[in-house]
Amino acid sequence: MARIATSRHVAVSTVAAWLVGFLIFFPILWMVLASFKTELDAFAIPPKFLFFHWTTENYAAVQERSDYVHHALNSIIVAGGSTLIALLIAIPAAWSMAFSPTKRTKDVLLWMLSTKMMPPVGVLVPIYLIYRDFGLLDTLTGLVFILCLGNLPIVIWMLFTYFKEIPKDILEAARMDGATIGRELVYVLTPMAVPGLASTLLLNFILAWNEAFWTLNLSTLEAAPLTVFIASYSSPEGLFWAKLSAASTLAIAPILVLGWFSQRQLVRGLTFGAVK
Amino acid sequence: MGQITLQNVQKSFGPVHIIKGADLDISDGSFVVFVGPSGCGKTTLLRLIAGLEDVSGGNILIDGKNVVDVPPAKRGLSMVFQSYALYPHMSVRGNIAFGLKMAGLPKAEISRKVEAAAATLNLTPYLDRKPRELSGGQRQRVAIGRAIVREPKAFLFDEPLSNLDAALRVQMRLEVTRLQKQLGTTAIYVTHDQVEAMTMADKIVVLNGGKIEQYGTPLELYEKPANLFVAGFIGSPKMNFISGEVAGRHDAATIGVRPEHLKIARDGEGWPGNIMVAEHLGSDTFLYVDAGAIGPLTARHVGELDLSAGDRVLLSPDPGRLHRFDETGKSLRA
Repeated sequence: MARIATSRHVAVSTVAAWLVGFLIFFPILWMVLASFKTELDAFAIPPKFLFFHWTTENYAAVQERSDYVHHALNSIIVAGGSTLIALLIAIPAAWSMAFSPTKRTKDVLLWMLSTKMMPPVGVLVPIYLIYRDFGLLDTLTGLVFILCLGNLPIVIWMLFTYFKEIPKDILEAARMDGATIGRELVYVLTPMAVPGLASTLLLNFILAWNEAFWTLNLSTLEAAPLTVFIASYSSPEGLFWAKLSAASTLAIAPILVLGWFSQRQLVRGLTFGAVK
Repeated sequence: MGQITLQNVQKSFGPVHIIKGADLDISDGSFVVFVGPSGCGKTTLLRLIAGLEDVSGGNILIDGKNVVDVPPAKRGLSMVFQSYALYPHMSVRGNIAFGLKMAGLPKAEISRKVEAAAATLNLTPYLDRKPRELSGGQRQRVAIGRAIVREPKAFLFDEPLSNLDAALRVQMRLEVTRLQKQLGTTAIYVTHDQVEAMTMADKIVVLNGGKIEQYGTPLELYEKPANLFVAGFIGSPKMNFISGEVAGRHDAATIGVRPEHLKIARDGEGWPGNIMVAEHLGSDTFLYVDAGAIGPLTARHVGELDLSAGDRVLLSPDPGRLHRFDETGKSLRA
């Protein structure tokens, strides 16, 4: 009796989970489908689900109108660059806070996090003016810089929690074994923190890739990453759902592939410390 | 060489004084045990010697050289941690070799020394395993291997056996002692277990509240405790303390007599009392006696004694082995 109830319970949960999963995935699926429709089919009512005239003309049109590769390269540079620089700053910062904390360490961490609670639009005007005066508008340097600063608190927090999990004794043992601070970082701390470093890197790459607020406001063409490329299809000559969908599909494809292959790392990274 | 001298070593964390001025002379090749109740500062003192904590005052000399400003890596000591602290991403071989690698020794020599250390500790079959694939006792051996392979001036042990089960602890205790004697290297060993202290040490440092209460050989501590604290801490079961009129008869504020120095009789002379609990271990009999105004007393008899709870006994102390203490707790000796 109990067994039947349990298997029914499992069946119900499975169906529910698939339903929720499908609901979350649906917008992406719809976007991909729309990108293969003609503009007419794209906003037909009732909507056409699978039985429509499949076409790749939108992709051709998008490629003709704008330079996908240029924007994709910008995205890679901005996301990759800001993540790497953030890691370089965050590793020593998190290391010192995790292993030689002072009584103000918790306050510093909270202060860092508090910067993420402020809506970015609150500082848009000053940042814009600073960027204008320093000639950073529409430059890759400017975007790398702002995204690096924006994600730095999260990177430091994540690394701090990973480093906290490493027993202090092991680092002290390395010190007793004659390792200098540099060698301790290279031979002991980093190998033990590799899973944490990898998931921090991945998560921040994805966050930077998807960041739209600053990239839309601070770049127009030269430095514009894929977010700007998508946005350029949303307004000027009325709505072109099919082309917009094609552009969006192209923009998210690389990160979707990356996310798919690294999902284990990502899940582990996000639940590290919480589930052991 | 491994001669370690502490001169008025102090340590405070903010307003809290953990070590209140320690002076100590540890001669080369000796096995010294720091013992005391938890929070007495014994681990802190060890970490100060190791260099893992900075002193707040005083000097630490290793072979005559002041090392208070020398980082742990350069002090030439090695340490065995309570948690073993093995490098989880390295094999047993990697763990033992790490210190030699840091010292920049040639590969062939590292390999030879690692094999030799592994052979001494019966670790040869496990050299290529990771620490997580080893049992607690084996991990402890790896930690010891990592310490001995570097041929340090001294070994520092921080409660290394407290994570092992009782049987293994006795076995490892013997092995550590044997190894230290064989290598002839100075060792400082921290424990809260006075049996470990008594059995392993050449000399014991009894710490209490950040102060060294007494420094001496195990038998000196047993026979001539400097004060009430040492008298009560060393020896099991604990020494009996009697104050008041009985102590006054011996010109002392308190007198102490060890359970094994109380003669147990059914009649004749002695302090009368009733047995509350009798423990029969076969080898020994422990009696917990209510001696009225004198207070509760513990008595130990070697061998079996046919007495049980409720029986009346007379206890008389061995006059030659009576300890006398003044009002401040200091030992009085004729």
